[in-house]
Amino acid sequence: MTVGHETRPAAPPAPAGTGRVRHSLGAIGRATFLAMVAGFFALPLLWLATAPFDAHPTITASVPEFTLRNFRSLLDNPYALGSLANSVIQSAGSAVLVVGLAALAAYALSRVRVPGRDALLYCLLLLSSVVTGTAAMVPIFELATRLNLIDTHLGVILTLTGGLLPAAIFILKDFMDATPTSYEESARVFGAGPLQILWHIVVPVVRPGLATIGVWAVASVWGSFLTPFILLRDPEKSPGAVILYTLYTEGGSPKLDLISTFSLLYSLPVVLMYVFVSRKYGFRFHGGIKR
Amino acid sequence: MISLHGLTKEYPGGVRAVDALDLEIADGEFFALLGPSGCGKTTLLRTIAGLETATAGRVTIGGTEVTGLPPGRRDVAMVFQDYALFPHMDVTTNIAYPLRIRKVPRAEREAKAAETASRLSLSELLARRPGQLSGGQQQRVALARAIACHPRAFLFDEPLSNLDARMRLEARTFLKRLQRELAVTTVFVTHDQGEALAMADRIAVMSAGRIMQVGTPAEVFQRPANTFVASFIGSTPMNLLPGVVRDGALHVAGAVLPRPDGVADGEEVVYGLRPEYMDLAEGEHADGFAGKVSVVENLGTAYLVTLDCGEHLVQAVVPEDAEPAPGAAACAVPRHRRALVYRDGELVTP
Repeated sequence: MTVGHETRPAAPPAPAGTGRVRHSLGAIGRATFLAMVAGFFALPLLWLATAPFDAHPTITASVPEFTLRNFRSLLDNPYALGSLANSVIQSAGSAVLVVGLAALAAYALSRVRVPGRDALLYCLLLLSSVVTGTAAMVPIFELATRLNLIDTHLGVILTLTGGLLPAAIFILKDFMDATPTSYEESARVFGAGPLQILWHIVVPVVRPGLATIGVWAVASVWGSFLTPFILLRDPEKSPGAVILYTLYTEGGSPKLDLISTFSLLYSLPVVLMYVFVSRKYGFRFHGGIKR
Repeated sequence: MISLHGLTKEYPGGVRAVDALDLEIADGEFFALLGPSGCGKTTLLRTIAGLETATAGRVTIGGTEVTGLPPGRRDVAMVFQDYALFPHMDVTTNIAYPLRIRKVPRAEREAKAAETASRLSLSELLARRPGQLSGGQQQRVALARAIACHPRAFLFDEPLSNLDARMRLEARTFLKRLQRELAVTTVFVTHDQGEALAMADRIAVMSAGRIMQVGTPAEVFQRPANTFVASFIGSTPMNLLPGVVRDGALHVAGAVLPRPDGVADGEEVVYGLRPEYMDLAEGEHADGFAGKVSVVENLGTAYLVTLDCGEHLVQAVVPEDAEPAPGAAACAVPRHRRALVYRDGELVTP
């Protein structure tokens, strides 16, 4: 403190004391505010970490009365584990479709001159929020019924893919645009065909972009509730997000033991996926000059 | 051999980047396409490579017409300005890539890559990625990749422009020696006349999609066919002074010079002489350009002196230690034997 004071000889001596007090008060205020914000976000996570192991979970986070009984009673629920498998099927299916289709579309849009290309992309982006949104649920249900896609994984996958594609194309097109065309031209002069160029050059170069889109698609589908809730009848096909909604007593009060335990199991795969992809691909871009 | 007949490339919107161009490039020749930016030289190279489709005309490589063939079936290798090395592949994989496309077995193509790399002193760098190489090393990897596929012709787009000045001189000598050794027909594009003069066996000087002159560096330098080439070639620009032939003499910028061959009385011409062929004398001189020294530029072993001769500026190169002071009166005396005369922009000196 004194050193800091001495190095600033220009500071007038008299208000230095009040200035110091004001400074400390400011620091305390800032710390309190940050602690509150951190607490606001951390407490639900703390609850998620303690409640599943608590014999009598409440809606507040507390030191648990340790037990694994909640997990056993969750296993007794006929749909709990199956729903996680359904979540995996639906999110992996959608992610594969989104990454594959968006990569092809973004590559074409990035390389071929299409009149009104940007307007098209912006329109798609704008409409995509409507496609899977609540407003379009009735026509989508109608369409799915006529196509015999009600109560199938495919129906859910196609609907969610459609909703995610515009944004995915939009983001991937940016990655494709950033890849110099000389890479592809060079490969073309050596005799590579379009698919070879895509597979040997473009896909590896934009791989961090593909990984980002894949993770984003999985996370979006994993958390989506309305579409599978409406398109699926059979609880054996319902994903975790829908099953979570069924964990209530007949009276309508939440079974906190089951909800907390299931929530933990439900969020773990997504966290693991983030860690895995970040390790393996890294959400970064390595271009031609610096790695 | 590469032959172009009436080759035209017109972009949508009517811009003619290459305009009805005829050109013959001999086997094993090191050929430069030289011109200012936007003159169509890169478009021409890309049309030879097949990356651009010709609007009209024919391209023949090694006796086979390739005008309609895709780039991969023309048997040429191109080195791009940014080298276009694949960032996710190491040096070996980059060099072996053309062979991978030709379905050469992995062991064979890796051996071939290692052999080509050692020829270009890249053996130490085989496991590196392009991002870990210097500009000069990247260029050699790009060359090795082109060499490894044994093409009928090399096409280089501005091969030296991404190197710093010092590296560029080394690379110039290196490229010329390499081309001599390989003896493969090579076409390269450059906007740097010094590079073209230094490396090429022959040069085509281009402007606005047309060829202004084709010749050896000596021909293009000593006898530029028109005022465009005259002003473009040479590290110090040629003096190009308007004059008129009257009473059996050439009147130019206040000087009266003997009438050159090939022009008649009353004709308006442009008198061209390189500053290197002007001698600077003090005071007045019978057939010289008298004026006042306005600028003196240091060229290292010589000085470029600009004389203000009233309406026109005349430049002369003088040896070191002989430079005049700015403001002094001086006279530039031309060496008549080196003088060139242009009428309507075309050379008339026999």
